[in-house]
Amino acid sequence: MKKFKHILTAKPGSAKENKTGSWRTFKPVIDQEACIGCDMCNKVCPDGICYSTGLKNKKGRIYYDRNLDYCKGCGLCAKECPVNAIKMVEDIK
Amino acid sequence: MKQILEGSHAVAEIIRRINPAVVSAYPITPQTHIVEDLEKMKAEGWADFEYIRSESEFAAASIVLGASATGVRTYTATSSQGLLLMTEVLFNIAGMRLPVVVTCANRAISGPISIWNDQQDSVTIRDAGWVQLYGETSQEVIDLHILAYKLAESSLLPVMVNMDGFILTHTYEPIDIPPQNLIKKYLPDYKPAKNTYLDVNNPQSLGTFAPPDRYMEIRQELFDDVAESKNEIKKLSQEFKQVFGRDLGLFEEYKTKDARVVLVAMGSVCGTIKEVIDELRKKGQKVGLLKLTCFRPFPDEEIIKALSKAKYIAVVDKSISIGTEGILASDLKRAGFGKLKSKIQSFIVGLGGRDVNKKMIKQIINQVKLKDNSIKFVGE
Repeated sequence: MKKFKHILTAKPGSAKENKTGSWRTFKPVIDQEACIGCDMCNKVCPDGICYSTGLKNKKGRIYYDRNLDYCKGCGLCAKECPVNAIKMVEDIK
Repeated sequence: MKQILEGSHAVAEIIRRINPAVVSAYPITPQTHIVEDLEKMKAEGWADFEYIRSESEFAAASIVLGASATGVRTYTATSSQGLLLMTEVLFNIAGMRLPVVVTCANRAISGPISIWNDQQDSVTIRDAGWVQLYGETSQEVIDLHILAYKLAESSLLPVMVNMDGFILTHTYEPIDIPPQNLIKKYLPDYKPAKNTYLDVNNPQSLGTFAPPDRYMEIRQELFDDVAESKNEIKKLSQEFKQVFGRDLGLFEEYKTKDARVVLVAMGSVCGTIKEVIDELRKKGQKVGLLKLTCFRPFPDEEIIKALSKAKYIAVVDKSISIGTEGILASDLKRAGFGKLKSKIQSFIVGLGGRDVNKKMIKQIINQVKLKDNSIKFVGE
């Protein structure tokens, strides 16, 4: 039976091993004190990388964070944030 | 036992006996009789396969791709525009290493629209990663189908068996179709290796993307395996001879041993060429034919060895790469570069169903001996 040197099948869920965050030019920076926990950033994020931390800020609002492993820096979250709590900053490595 | 059968019917009958699990096709002249017969076999209840009707050749190719990915034997057939419509999927089938077998009833490509025979369709997709085999007679074509499945399943490569439209598909000749038990002896049921196919109990993905650090190695492996498959074809041809008693191989050498002029061609035109050779040999002319069966992979070393003594090589193409020359001719020049001292000339014949007669073959044999080495269209 023929065996391949290079495997052509992928295991379920293995796409997450491909960390696409390296594609980004700008990264979102969240001002967690300004965050009102509205979930808008999560709703508009094409990659689903904005998430609720479950923690409260000084104003008593649950604040959000983002997973930079997969953030491609599209800036939708910053554009849509109703309180301008997200700024896009050049991601210099 | 030999029967007088139409080429297409013989192909349908051999496919029924090879017993694929899934057949999907879209009818197109001159392939139509093959798939009509298969559908009829299914409708009348004497074929086991699933016959999936498709809305286009693109769908037919996609259906056999998906079916093959579940680890079963599959079949489709097409021609001309249908093959071109399949092109994107054909590259995927090869890249995904699925052992699909397709029959191409060779036909010209539009425009102008032509339903008649030449080989422009299959040669156009020569870089898709498929093994391409060409038969001279319907008997050879059905024998090649048996070998094609064995090759496809042992090498995990798709194989295209080519037969000239109308000239083979619609004509009757005495054909021996081996019984199912003998076919099964040579070609056992297809059992794919574990973890190579889609299985709901062992979920995984096939045909995923490859980043730049993987893609090239995967393509090189396909290249290497297609190149290597010529040795598998040699081996399988020997086994074929033992079981069925008939010769198959990478190519056939017809009276080439002492030939000064050798013609190189593929498909049914070889029958006419052999007749001319027999006539000219009686008059003392040293003429021979190299009938190429395996066009992809192109068996470079073997062909160079076979042609090393020829002074003049006339390559007879039923297709053309517009802007260069006959495709077989340029392949041969590439293979022979720095190795063959002979004159190699490209002759284009039979485009869009133009009959290729003995007079034209004689004209080619006379012309190749002249100094002129330009591309010749031989029509009458």
